[in-house]
Order: sequence, then C-alpha cells, then structure tokens
Amino acid sequence: MALTTEVAPPSVRTRGDEPPSRTPPTGSRRKWQPPWRNPWRRPWILEGFTWLYLIWSIVPIGIAVLFSFNNGKSQSVWQGFSTRWYWGDPVNSVWHDPALRSAVYQTIRLSVLTTIVAVPIGVAFAIGINRWRTRTSTTFHFVMVFSYVIPELIFGVAMFFLFTQLFTFIHLGTAAEVLGLVTWNFSWPAIIVLARLVLIGDSYEEAAADLGASRLQSIRRVLIPMLMPAIFASTVLVFASVVDDFVVVDLLSSTANTQPMSVIIYSTSHGGNGGPALNALATIMLALSFVAATIGLGAYRWMTRGERGNSGQEAMTSIAGM
Amino acid sequence: MAGQEHRRGRNWAEWAQNRWVWAGFAMPGIIWLSLLFLVPFYTVLAIAGGQLNAIFQSPEPVWNPLHWTGANFAAVFHDLFGQASFVLPIFFRTLGYVAIASVLSLLIAYPAAYFVTRFAGRRKLLFLALLIAPFWISYMMRMLAWIDLLQTNGYVNRALLDLHLISQPVNWLGGKPATVILGLVYGYIPYLILVLYAGLDRIDQRLLEAGRDLGLNRAQTFLRVTLPLSRQAVLTGMLITALPMMGDYFTNQLLSGASSTAMIGNVIDGQLNTSSQEAQGAVLALLLLVFLLVPMLYYVAKTRRTTVEAF
Repeated sequence: MALTTEVAPPSVRTRGDEPPSRTPPTGSRRKWQPPWRNPWRRPWILEGFTWLYLIWSIVPIGIAVLFSFNNGKSQSVWQGFSTRWYWGDPVNSVWHDPALRSAVYQTIRLSVLTTIVAVPIGVAFAIGINRWRTRTSTTFHFVMVFSYVIPELIFGVAMFFLFTQLFTFIHLGTAAEVLGLVTWNFSWPAIIVLARLVLIGDSYEEAAADLGASRLQSIRRVLIPMLMPAIFASTVLVFASVVDDFVVVDLLSSTANTQPMSVIIYSTSHGGNGGPALNALATIMLALSFVAATIGLGAYRWMTRGERGNSGQEAMTSIAGM
Repeated sequence: MAGQEHRRGRNWAEWAQNRWVWAGFAMPGIIWLSLLFLVPFYTVLAIAGGQLNAIFQSPEPVWNPLHWTGANFAAVFHDLFGQASFVLPIFFRTLGYVAIASVLSLLIAYPAAYFVTRFAGRRKLLFLALLIAPFWISYMMRMLAWIDLLQTNGYVNRALLDLHLISQPVNWLGGKPATVILGLVYGYIPYLILVLYAGLDRIDQRLLEAGRDLGLNRAQTFLRVTLPLSRQAVLTGMLITALPMMGDYFTNQLLSGASSTAMIGNVIDGQLNTSSQEAQGAVLALLLLVFLLVPMLYYVAKTRRTTVEAF
C-alpha cells in the first residue's frame, strides 16, 4: 500500500491519454472518421463500468440503511417509514434491547480507549524509530510492519492464547479487547507518522537548533506541529477501524455485555433472521465511522491550510491511510 | 559570532546523536510490541508444542522449547494428510476461493481506479469520495446488506424472477460458493482500489505524453507505459487483500454457513471453541502463518523501502 503522505502530483493538463477536450481536433474539411478512430474520444465504456461498480458498491448499503427505517419486521419488503427499530419499539429496538444498547456503548468505549492508548505510543514509536538507528530499532520497525500485514485471524489466535494461557490475570473481556485492539491498530499511527517524518527530514529541526531552540523546544514547537496532520489522520483511522473491527473483538470478548456492535451483528444475522434492528445497529456504526471521517477530513484540510499539498484529494487519501 | 554559531551547530549534532532520547521515544512501543505481539506468538508455539491435559482435555503449554513434543503437529498432519483427511480439501478450497476473488477484484478495481485517475477530470474529487466511501463502512454492514438482498424473497431473487432468468427463487444463502466469493470480493475490494488509485495517480503524466508523442495509440500507451508502471501497486494491492482473505471465517459463516463452503479460517475458529482442539487450532494457525510468510515478508520489504530509504 502506498504509505507516503506525499504531495499530490502536479495536475498539469497533458496530452497523455487524457482528453483535453471532448471535441475532436479535426477540421470540418477532414474526411469523416468513425468515432473509435478519434484519439480524444470520451472513454464511455470505462466510465460506464466505473459507474456500474460504484452502484454495485454503494446501493446495497443504501438499501440496508433504508430497511433500518422499515415499519415492519421484513428486511426485504418495504412497509413504510418508521424509527421503531432505533427507539420506538419497546422490546426490540436498539434503545430498548439491553444487548443491542450495551453493544453501542461497548463499541464507543473500545474505540475511545484504544485511540487514547494507541496513538501516543504509535507516534512516539515512529519518532524514536526514525532517529534511533540501531539494530533494535530496525528489528522493531520490522515487527511493527509485520503486525500490519499479518492476517487478523492469526493475530487473534495468538492474543486468545496469550490471555487464556499466559496472562490469565487479564480475563477475556474489555481489558483484553483493548490490549488486543491497541496492538492491532498500533501500526496505523506508526506507519503514517514514519512516512511523514521521512518527508519532513532533519532540516527544520536543525534550523530550530541553529536559532537557539532547546531540544525540548524544537520537538514541541517544530516537530509536533509539523506532524499534527499525520497524527490527526491516524487518530481518525484508529477510531474508525476499531468501530469496524471484528476478528480481534470476536475472539477476545467473553460475555454478552463485552460484545461490541460488529460481534452482535455477526452472531445474530446468520441466515438473515436478525430483523431490522440489526440494520439499525449497523447504520449507527456507519454513522459513527462517517462522523469520524468527516471531522477528520475537515480538520485535516484546516491543519494543512497554506501548505503546498493542501487539496481535497490529499486530505481524502491521507484520512484513508494512503 | 562565528564561534557561537559553531557552538549551536555542534549542539544540534550532539543532540541529534543522543540516542537515549530517541530510545526513550521508541521504548513504550517496543515494550508493547514485545509483550503483546512477540510473546503471544511464543505462547502459540508453546501450546502447539505442548500436550493435552489428560483429565481436563485442555491444552497445556510447555514453555521450554527443549521439551516440545510433536503430538499436536502429528494430530494436525493426520487431519491434513491422513486417511480421514478433512483439512487439506478445505485448504485447497480456500486457496481457490481467494484466487478467484483476488482476480475478480483486480478485474473490477483496476478499470475503476484507472478511469478515476486519468479521465475523471473535474469530477475527480466526487469519484474519489465515492471510491473511498466503502472503506469507511464496516465489513459487517456490507455483509448484512447482501444478506438482505440475497434472501429467498429478497431483491436479487425478485429481479431475476421478473427478468425470467430463473423460474424459482434461488437459495443464495444456503451454501453457494458463488455467494461466498461475491462476499469476499465485495468485502475486500475497497482496500485494493485505494492501493491501485494511489499507485496509478503517482504515475507521471509526462511519461504518457511521451509515449503518445512517440506514436503509441491509447491502448499501446496503456499496455507499454501505464501497466508496467502500476505493477508494484497491483502486487501490493493483491497482497493486502489476499492475506486477510486467507484468514477470513466470517464471510463464509454469514453468507453460507454450510460446511461445503468452509474455509481454513472456519476450521481454526471452530477449533478455538472446543477446548480439546485448541492446540490443533494453534498448530493450524502456525502452519498458515508459515505458508503466508513469503508474501508477508515481500510486503514488509516493499513497505520499509518507502518509509526508510527515502533518506
């Protein structure tokens, strides 16, 4: 994956395979040519394909969100609009069903705790690894990237055995979930901040030192402000990936009240008999992630205002961890 | 003045070389990774090399590597290659599903990413937002959406009936390999698209211009310039989607639930839920890790290059 938050390439209009204009540069006197001979034709097939893909990727989600507002038990027959599955229904709504309600709280609890722990450790780790060039730092840089690519199931199995066989004083439940999630998401801030540090280089701090800044001052007033967009992007990413996380929490949760939303959806939607309350739960997850993403996007653009790479594209790709 | 500046310069050099400061920064993360990433894998080894408690039928870890036994490995090898081998077919099925799903993902993701980077023009930001949107939607939500659509009386069956493509509703959620592969593609394609987009967007447009100037037509420019330059993105993108697919157990469980479409992840997950088989789950997880080690190391090497060698 592209792990550099590098500046977007120059958007110079070129005569590559991008059409500068839709009208063919042929004079009216020139012989008529079939449209497929026109080198500047619009790529209709590609564009149609892309739209088909987008419809396929987004419309099912839209339908699922719609059915969370269905005024009936069906997840496939529309019976009118209602908010009964959110709070109206006295038994089965997200608000009144204790399992669903505690799942919402558990997801928020896990996301906040994990973000608070993982981001500072990850950022400090990145700064340290970037400057402290020894065999130890190289090894742990490797371990960190390794923890990023390892399939989540294998990592989850290792965590499961850690808490059931070795660290048995930490029982499966919220504490184990947070420890597992921090380890699993630790690589986001580390990788993003490392990429940013590579881009920044040493020269700014050197200049600060030349101007008389002390060690602490140059970190606090030069390095950290320059890293702020990267730190912020990774905060948003960690928060959203914990909301969406499933494998680690599935293996490390114990009783019903430590199960977050994703686990509840998984364990009750087999065969499609979960009812629209599940759709409501999933919609709440969706809203949480999107609020995080929107805040992230806005704040990222605000933080990088005046910088060269400040564009909507740069902000969007950075918030998605690219 | 010169002397003072010299002093400041040395100050900086000294301070940049003071390794203990940076070691201090890195230390919390190093300790965390050691205790909660390296130790857990040693625990898995200890359980895989351990024995089964005869009374409680629960795994008993052996911490000293000199005392490790091959009992659990033997049991797994029996499952894999023995007479009643049931794991090996599941493993090959997993490989097949992942291969088909990866290739399908690439065939869908590449044209879409290519279109958005090259031709979207002023609407690029809109397209990019739409491409990235599924990345922010939880996997469970995306599976739930398809569970709704694929029910016996769901929209997919109703559409197919209306088009007279089928005469009876199809039980899509009753163990169809096609449904599981669709789920895998749908679930993991956003990650692939992001990587491809970033890779294609980084290609210098002037190279394409040069290609066109030298007489290549559109298809030739694509085949000879764009495609070779995006090879790296394709490789890492395929890896970043295929690796988690290999450990997937929830997609199959949600969209099929049948043992006829079970993947290797389902076997491991099932063994973790039975105390007497936990150790075999540990062995299988280790074997899967070894099997995936080469692609993982390849990815790590590629990533390190972008975060270290830029110096």
